Amino acid sequence: MPGFKPALSFTLIYLVLIVLIPLSTLVFKSLQLNFDDYLAIITNQRIIASFRVSFLTSFIASIVAGIFGFIIAWVLVRYSFSGKRLLDAVIDLPFALPTAVAGVVLATIYQPSGFLGRWLMDNFGIKVAYTPLGIVVALIFIGIPFVVRTVEPVLQEFDTTMEEAASSLGASRLVTFNKVIFPNIFPALLTGISLAFARGVGEYGSVIFIAGNLPYISEIVPLLIITKLEQYDYAGATAIALTMLVISFVLLLLINLLQLWARRRSGQN
Amino acid sequence: MSILLSNISKNFGQFAALHNVNLEIPEGELVALLGPSGCGKTTLLRIIAGLEAPDQGQVLLNGEDKTAEHVSHRGIGFVFQHYALFRHMTVFDNVAFGLRVKPKKERPSEAVIAKKVQSLLDLVQLGWLADRFPDQLSGGQRQRIALARALAVEPNVLLLDEPFGALDASVRKDLRQWLRNLHQELHVTSIFVTHDQEEAMEVASQVVVLNQGQIEQQGAPAEIYDHPANAFVSKFIGQTNILNVEQNDMAWLVSAGISADNRHGAVAHVRPHNIDLQKASINSDSPVLLKDWQHLGATIRIELFNPQVKGGNSCLFAEMPNERFKQLNLNRGDKVVVNIKQAHWFN
Repeated sequence: MPGFKPALSFTLIYLVLIVLIPLSTLVFKSLQLNFDDYLAIITNQRIIASFRVSFLTSFIASIVAGIFGFIIAWVLVRYSFSGKRLLDAVIDLPFALPTAVAGVVLATIYQPSGFLGRWLMDNFGIKVAYTPLGIVVALIFIGIPFVVRTVEPVLQEFDTTMEEAASSLGASRLVTFNKVIFPNIFPALLTGISLAFARGVGEYGSVIFIAGNLPYISEIVPLLIITKLEQYDYAGATAIALTMLVISFVLLLLINLLQLWARRRSGQN
Repeated sequence: MSILLSNISKNFGQFAALHNVNLEIPEGELVALLGPSGCGKTTLLRIIAGLEAPDQGQVLLNGEDKTAEHVSHRGIGFVFQHYALFRHMTVFDNVAFGLRVKPKKERPSEAVIAKKVQSLLDLVQLGWLADRFPDQLSGGQRQRIALARALAVEPNVLLLDEPFGALDASVRKDLRQWLRNLHQELHVTSIFVTHDQEEAMEVASQVVVLNQGQIEQQGAPAEIYDHPANAFVSKFIGQTNILNVEQNDMAWLVSAGISADNRHGAVAHVRPHNIDLQKASINSDSPVLLKDWQHLGATIRIELFNPQVKGGNSCLFAEMPNERFKQLNLNRGDKVVVNIKQAHWFN
């Protein structure tokens, strides 16, 4: 293909300058620690708890965002109704809104005296703000546009005569969805979910306001990193950051493999 | 299964796609719905299938009113113009789909399904492609897989939407022959949509000509060709010279042996092969000249020119076998005597 060399060099230079140098600085910084110190920081109970909170809430939130996002994308593609353009614009708001603003707003609504928070407390006894559930809510808010915007084009391109073919062969609507529509959309949905997950793990602004930040319960990893930095404990901060980076990288790699498998299985190489 | 359509009408907004269509198709026929694009033929096929609901009228399959029946319960097989194969499934899984989605009680075992799918793939002569995905097949192969998939559920009626439309010419020719043989083997009532009159004549046992949402004529290919019901059918099926008496084309007709007395309408449609030629002697008063000719394989198409005609068709096409043309020993610019053996008159 023409243009291979300049295009590849550009890509590599970009990756080195913008991604690799900052990340390797992270590695070098934490190399100032010896391995025992590093292990001591990482195996601290509070930090392990924060890792659990961060990854678990991101995982749950990305799955929920996947379901909601899929439904929203479906509605946007399949139906025409008045106000569709408006809804379409609203989807992108979480992209544009400063995350701290989103966090403050969510915290206001869901805190025990907020109107949704009180309603949930009175009717179901559920406390959202200042619990891990609050973190999940914030991450769903942040994650949904990623799912909608990745699923939407694939759904738009989907050949609806395949659905007609399925029903002419005797398949019900449900079977058609399960066996024909969903398998074709699944790889895109997986991409959307993994984007929402990756974003959720690194999310800071919107979470800290609603999380309550109780050690061992609702404290996220990025918050601990900031805390360490504020205490001028750069080595500690980078140690946590590096660990987080490695875990995220491994998880994203696994998701990519899963995607590859889903594509192979559905004959899209 | 016999098909009866009564008073079918369908509008898309302001556009009337079908208008009071009545059609009866006896069991076991291979019928072509033929017409120019936008004539409503695909809409009619989709209404028979249940993929589209008519605004008015009824669809009866085997005498039973199925107008309100969902497509999945009509017992039809539908082959889509662009095949609509399931992209995420192998060829085998595509063909097995209709059997696997049957309700539990009627569903055959996996072993029975495998056997049936294999026999269908053998029927369409593509058994060796069972593990491929649709994207890895050629157009003709996809078409045959789509047909095998539709046949898997043993439909009472097979409906094909422009089955050869997206294929190149040589593949199309093979598949036409193949479809006709398949129909003779299976004897399932089949309807296919086409805009290609040659294809309709070659494949179908019955041809239904549609125009602007209405049926113009229905009959065997020979009947439609030899006895077109109106000017549209005559023009649409095969080649025709159109001679309009009001537009001074009488000069042609008179020189070809038709006088004002024995005409039967305002417009004469003359098939090229119904025009016979003789070399004119030098002192003949025939005004017709031979302008040019083209080889069409077994036949020759001859362009005739009449300088006396003003404001009408000054050119006419005749067709004859190669042998006959050689015997006539004609050259460009020769004066010829024309004889119209048969003409269809319309008003």
